[in-house]
Amino acid sequence: MDLTDLILDPLRSGIWRRAAAEVVLLGGICGALSFWVTSFRLSYPAESLAHGLLPGLVLAALAGIPLVLGGLGGVALAAGCVALASRDPRIGADSATAVVVTGMFGLGALLALSPDAPPRLEELLFGDPLGITHTDLISALALAVVGAGALAALHRPLCAVAFDAPGAGALGLRPGGVRLALFMLLAVAVAVAVQGLGSLLVLAVLVAPAVAVRRAATNPGVAMLSGAALAAVAGLAGLYASHHLGSAAGASVALALCLAAVAGSVLPWRLRRGEARARRGRRAAA
Amino acid sequence: MTRAPAVEAHGLALGYGGEPALEGVDFEAAPGAALCVLGPNGGGKTTLFRALLGELQPLAGRVRVAGRPAYLAQTERTRLDFPVSALDVALMGSLADGRWWRPPGRSQRHAALAALGRVGLEGQASVRFGELSGGQRQRVLLARALTQDAAVLLLDEPFAGVDPASAERITAVFTELRAEGRTLLVSTHDVESARLFDLVLCLNRRQVAFGTPAQRLGREVLETTYGSDIVVLEGSGDTAVRAITVQHHEH
Repeated sequence: MDLTDLILDPLRSGIWRRAAAEVVLLGGICGALSFWVTSFRLSYPAESLAHGLLPGLVLAALAGIPLVLGGLGGVALAAGCVALASRDPRIGADSATAVVVTGMFGLGALLALSPDAPPRLEELLFGDPLGITHTDLISALALAVVGAGALAALHRPLCAVAFDAPGAGALGLRPGGVRLALFMLLAVAVAVAVQGLGSLLVLAVLVAPAVAVRRAATNPGVAMLSGAALAAVAGLAGLYASHHLGSAAGASVALALCLAAVAGSVLPWRLRRGEARARRGRRAAA
Repeated sequence: MTRAPAVEAHGLALGYGGEPALEGVDFEAAPGAALCVLGPNGGGKTTLFRALLGELQPLAGRVRVAGRPAYLAQTERTRLDFPVSALDVALMGSLADGRWWRPPGRSQRHAALAALGRVGLEGQASVRFGELSGGQRQRVLLARALTQDAAVLLLDEPFAGVDPASAERITAVFTELRAEGRTLLVSTHDVESARLFDLVLCLNRRQVAFGTPAQRLGREVLETTYGSDIVVLEGSGDTAVRAITVQHHEH
């Protein structure tokens, strides 16, 4: 089998093409979003949302309604419970979140493992890109369009708050409002992306792309675009690997993303074009 | 003709719930005036600035500032690992126009570059903020405040940890700003530098004194302002004392 066949062979299947479209759409928007998730140190809250929405997903699966609705309901419930539990200063936000999220995850598993439930827990936990429906694809497309618009409109406030929240407040921005807007976008992204990658693996696409491109990112715009491109490419690579090696599709995509993050962190290359340009400028001025 | 004060506070009390952190504040500063806010750590300098910024509502009294003031924060609370250039940071000042959803226009870019020029960093516009020296970073943050084009500037310890060359540049910009009719409120621990200002406001959980440095910076006022933190080096009269403060950091 030559290279052309390796690339073209999976494309003959409609199921694989849908999976590829889903991975590219989710990778694109979540890869861009991941820059802000890491900049605002939201990796742990993102993981909490992804795990805490499991009861919503299971109930949607039991009721036979689109999973994205269950995901959105689950994410809202999880976020509300975490916010309530975090208000007790004696416990602390991290511990409160851990207890609430583990509890909700347990509740989700309990529902999914009840005798009446269809055996879909595995798919909800680990994702099933090859089981993507047209509804899933449309929700991923909507997320990509709305998310890109929101990130474009919020670009300057996000930069100002991530860089210096008190200073941004003095400029008349509301750092709390900016964080809340980002958190809501993240919650919707988790609820949609969980269709493809599952409750346990979705975090890969929301964190790993930013880690992978961090050292190459000269500014937030470059960081978002390169994160988006890398997530789409790594996602496709994972799907190809899954096709040719017969490995689980969701796990292969998540692994490809995490391998890219490891490579980006440990490989000894540095791409600091802005810095090099500035050095040249200084030399020319001297 | 008397012009309306650019900054004024009358009977102002401020706090964070419970006991007031600062009370009895009464002062005015005209356009173009430079006012030094003097006091120990925890004396209420930053609390006063937060009220002037509108972040803290008075427990009593009132405060008024002409327009939204520009603010240069005391400690560096910026993220050095966040990938923004000096120009990006200076451009953030234009967010004060309230149109945050719009990308910066050409005139805003010009204003930000001009602000970097005023602080002597036009050649470093594309350098990453985190790679500049401490003094250069303080100048970039001053450029952000300049881009804001505010009538009143609040500067919290602008010389803390800054190299002499940067301090000199910042002082020169202050002089220009006053000549343009902008009002400066500068907080400091440094009693000696306070003598260079038009007005001095001494705070230690309440207003101890307000007036010109020549009138107010005497032994009694300084000892009430700083308590045991002050060491009077020479002189015993009302105004001819030389003094330094001893810092107790509480963090």
